[in-house]
Amino acid sequence: MKALQIAEGIYDVGATDWNVRDFHGYSTDKGSTYNAFLIIDEKITLIDTVKEEFTEQMMEKIASVIDPKKIDYIISNHTEMDHSGALPRVVHRIGKDTPVYCSKMGLKNLSAHFGNKINFRAVADGEELSLGKRTLQFFETRMIHWPDSMFSYLKEDKILFSSDAFGQHYAGPEHFDDQIGEAIMPHAKKYFANILWLFAPMIKGLLTKLNGLNLPIEMICPDHGILWRDNPAKIVETYAEWCELQPQQNKALVIYDSMWHSTEAMADEIVAGLTAEGMVAKPMNLRHCHRSDVVTEAFDAKAIVVGSPTLNNGLFPTVADFLTYLKGLKPKNKQAAAFGSYGWSGEAPKLVAEQLAGMDLEMVEDPLRVQYVPDQEGCESCYEFGRRIAQAMK
Amino acid sequence: MDKYVCLVCGYVYDPEVGDPDNDIAPGTAFADIPEDWVCPICSAPKDQFDKE
Ligand SMILES: Cc1cc2nc3c(=O)[nH]c(=O)nc-3n(C[C@H](O)[C@H](O)[C@H](O)COP(=O)(O)O)c2cc1C
Ligand SMILES: [Fe+2]
Ligand SMILES: [Fe+2]
Repeated sequence: MKALQIAEGIYDVGATDWNVRDFHGYSTDKGSTYNAFLIIDEKITLIDTVKEEFTEQMMEKIASVIDPKKIDYIISNHTEMDHSGALPRVVHRIGKDTPVYCSKMGLKNLSAHFGNKINFRAVADGEELSLGKRTLQFFETRMIHWPDSMFSYLKEDKILFSSDAFGQHYAGPEHFDDQIGEAIMPHAKKYFANILWLFAPMIKGLLTKLNGLNLPIEMICPDHGILWRDNPAKIVETYAEWCELQPQQNKALVIYDSMWHSTEAMADEIVAGLTAEGMVAKPMNLRHCHRSDVVTEAFDAKAIVVGSPTLNNGLFPTVADFLTYLKGLKPKNKQAAAFGSYGWSGEAPKLVAEQLAGMDLEMVEDPLRVQYVPDQEGCESCYEFGRRIAQAMK
Repeated sequence: MDKYVCLVCGYVYDPEVGDPDNDIAPGTAFADIPEDWVCPICSAPKDQFDKE
């Protein structure tokens, strides 16, 4: 396989993972890519690598440009194994002394993954490395999204290698933003909601710091998905917006699972009540919608209403899964309510409400329970519940 | 002396240990750490810490 030249003397030598559908619990319906970059200068430099099983694909691409043994430097922007997995084999192949530049935390974390046999070298925030005609400058970007994350900025070409930031899990025939247009944004948003939501306050600070540096940027090359060359400012501005965590004022999401459709019927009535009051509302069934898609929708909702039938005195497992996942993302600025159908003991709605309240969400209603199949009165109480939540949202 | 936990990454500041890598001597109470100190794992500022 041949490398793709993305700028004069700079190649994408990464791999496309067309078939991955589950990426550490995140659903990747369009697969993903592990982008890695080769810079041909006096010092030949490889920026990041790929998942281990794609090592050969990367080596083949490198070999289409130069003899891999000629690589002088490797840069590791991020320890996570979708980018570092190939490191041991690459280093073994090209020479055990090849320096691998990384952040201070990268040194600790890469060593924890691969031991101390690789020649890891920590760089300081802002430090530069001359490649000959070109210069790389490194910036610590802790928690985008691991403590070791950093950006590498190629000064003369004005290219930012941004690791996981600005990325998207997307595999397709396109390589650049101008080839795909707006269609990439939902993937970028899903990435942000699932991976970076919890770090939004820190990312905000980082973006401010980077803006202050006034680096001219002509291209942003993340480690996943599409490269931004037509309008790199757009994704940075969109990140700044997302970091504000401002909900869409009229958006509500009704998230539930159901065994015999009773909690489902409640969800549909609640949606109808919300909609009647002018909200944009929709139900999402947790057994049919993946948690990572639900969270993407929940990210900019103003209110989330979560329903669970009672199962063996507790929550339905998919609802527990979702709540655990949501809690980790540290949702803020949201209203919430809980509901569910039950048979005799009926603990679930209260348990849901406790968990949502524990996330610091504003509970706008007491938990709503309906016994067994909602009759007309039960349906009306759900509809009114939806209407009252909508009132609280206004 | 109380331990403090970083709300961003979960790092726990233990006053008995301090943060010698960043010039905070063992025995330094959290309150006595300079305001510009940041979490050694994730760089979160001091106001992102809560008493454990
Ligand atoms: C999305 C994501 C979030 C993570 N968050 C944390 C975290 O908050 N704290 C932590 O100590 N490790 C965190 N980790 C690191 C994992 O716990 C670590 O990679 C571990 O070795 C994974 O173990 P496993 O291979 O058994 O899954 C995170 C990893 C991923 C992929
Ligand atoms: Fe990552
Ligand atoms: Fe990644």
